[in-house]
Amino acid sequence: MSANNKSMNDLNSSLRGGGSRERILTAVKKNQPELMTLPVVKNFPQGFSSPVEKFSEVLKGIGGSVYEVANYTEVLHILTANFPGANRIMSTVQELSSINKGDTGYEDPHSLEDVDLAVISSPLAVAENGAVWTMDSLVPQRVLPFICQHLAVIVNKENLVSSMHEAYDKIGNADYGFGVFIAGPSKTADIEQSLVLGAHGPKSMTVFLIG
Amino acid sequence: MKKDHAALADKFNQDEPRVDWHDETLWWIRQKRDKAAFGIPEWEELRETASRIKFNVLSNLSQYLEQFEKAALDNGVQVHWAADGEEHNRIVHSILQKHGVDRLVKSKSMLTEECHLNEYLQEHGVEVIDTDLGERIVQLAKEPPSHIVLPCIHWKKEEIGELFHQHLGTPKGNADPQYLTNAARLHLREKFLTRKLAITGVNFAVAETGEMVVCTNEGNADMGAHLADVHIACMGIEKIIPQRKHLGVFLRLLARSATGQPITTYSSHFKKPRKGQEMHIVLVDNGRSRQLGRPEFRNSLKCIRCGACFNTCPVYRRSGGHSYHNAVAGPIGAILAPNLDMKKNADLPFASTLCGSCSNVCPVKIDIHDQLYKWRQVLVKDGYVSSAKAASMKAMAATLSNPALFKIAGKLGRWTIKHAPFVVNNGLNPWFKNREMPEPPKESFREWYQKNRSGTPQPSAGREPQYKEPSKSKIPH
Ligand code: SF4
Repeated sequence: MSANNKSMNDLNSSLRGGGSRERILTAVKKNQPELMTLPVVKNFPQGFSSPVEKFSEVLKGIGGSVYEVANYTEVLHILTANFPGANRIMSTVQELSSINKGDTGYEDPHSLEDVDLAVISSPLAVAENGAVWTMDSLVPQRVLPFICQHLAVIVNKENLVSSMHEAYDKIGNADYGFGVFIAGPSKTADIEQSLVLGAHGPKSMTVFLIG
Repeated sequence: MKKDHAALADKFNQDEPRVDWHDETLWWIRQKRDKAAFGIPEWEELRETASRIKFNVLSNLSQYLEQFEKAALDNGVQVHWAADGEEHNRIVHSILQKHGVDRLVKSKSMLTEECHLNEYLQEHGVEVIDTDLGERIVQLAKEPPSHIVLPCIHWKKEEIGELFHQHLGTPKGNADPQYLTNAARLHLREKFLTRKLAITGVNFAVAETGEMVVCTNEGNADMGAHLADVHIACMGIEKIIPQRKHLGVFLRLLARSATGQPITTYSSHFKKPRKGQEMHIVLVDNGRSRQLGRPEFRNSLKCIRCGACFNTCPVYRRSGGHSYHNAVAGPIGAILAPNLDMKKNADLPFASTLCGSCSNVCPVKIDIHDQLYKWRQVLVKDGYVSSAKAASMKAMAATLSNPALFKIAGKLGRWTIKHAPFVVNNGLNPWFKNREMPEPPKESFREWYQKNRSGTPQPSAGREPQYKEPSKSKIPH
């Protein structure tokens, strides 16, 4: 074996952390204290009289908009009225596909750069913090709800839970590749703590509670 | 010689109005945290649960790490182990080299700050763009972040306007936060769309599932990771939590403690790479296993980096993050830093009044002020501290270890500040150089508690009026 090859091999094994892995695990094992039991996580039932009201109040408080609607036709009306200037609209929700406008290709995530409005569905929303959950099985490109200028989310009212504990109960051991809680439009307060909506992601978030 | 905390704090204190402004801004964030915490009746029970989950993690960390590694590998993620910052940097660089990449985007990661990754990569000809707005601001200014959650909390909008004018070509004199944020949005969007590799930090890594959760308000971690061909997530080994359902506990506490928000805008769960993408995790020790072996300091590894202890700390608020000369500043930084380098950071555990406010707000119930006190003892014993400081410390130790004396000393202290301010406000007291002593509270927590405990129970989440609020009540924006 040439000297060069050997040093490449050394480098490769050190890069995989061959030696370090064992060293770290041994040191951790040696230094960790005696086992302390894992506590039971209570469910902490929330005392809201109405999860719908709580969800709306919290989401509005963090810059989102909420509509309670009876059906998809109402959603269509509201979105058309609120986003008249949108040139590219992508809906991942079958019932709202008539709203699609412009290029509807999903192959390259970069090509979603000019999406004005994305419409996605969420199987789970949380009243205590105004968050909606979605995952890659429901969104053809992970970047869609982040790269669009405006985001609309459809949630069935019966999929509203009170707390994060209930939310994770529902998520259970779902085998997603990517999942995310989204609570409001993208925002920053890094400049003198002045809140600005639309940091890198959507400038607005509209949630439709259906049912 | 490198300047110590007191000298650097002196420098920060030369601009008194700025110090007041810094102090008030952070206090305002602390108040938002209180409001959010008091809105949750089970807050104390949540903190206790989080604390106990973390104790379990620390006591079983080796097994959780192996479990996490296995699950991540099964998910198609490549796992690397780094003994120290140097090795971490080499691993990241090797992944870049493999892909022929010399430009990347990075979202907030205090670990990469701790390892000085940016400097390392720059020396190797790699361009790193920090994408969190606050981090981008300090990066353009060639400064480190001064706060783990609010990296440019020490910058005024007029200064940011000038910085953006120079670097991003915004009109001179424009200091409107909305306008400047939009300029940064456009500037950084171009980077997201053109960089093939993204680095993110990790807030929580779940042993059971091999997934890691990244929390941001801006969406910058997601914009980077979902557009890049390669995603590298860097994490300290203490970021592990046992099960997915434990995220419910920690996500309820994190943002409320950090900024008073009910949750961050995005809590992203990265489990598997997307089709065609490569995902790497770098597990970094860098002194953590050593800290785990110090019974008096191991609790510091429970930290979830919320920044609440910074915002409430009267010393941090009035000395600024850079006075701590360490990647993680504030009370928790002052416990972590001596573990990394005792000699260089021997001054930091002394940058505290030991008022205990940090321990009261900490969402994972770390006994921060006790550990600061214990570090002082270790550092004095091992000869890292000057004799003057050691002597005054002995007096303090005597006071703190004797409840009766503590009561008298506190009363005397409050009386002295009120009636003879020159006694404490003089050159011999390094804490009060260049500034007036704060107005003393009328009664100590002890007195207040004695008076109040017979009445209706008070909410206890961080309500401890024994230290000073900013003098003016003006609320920024
Ligand atoms: S020590 Fe506690 S309060 Fe301070 S940053 Fe860590 S978790 Fe937050």
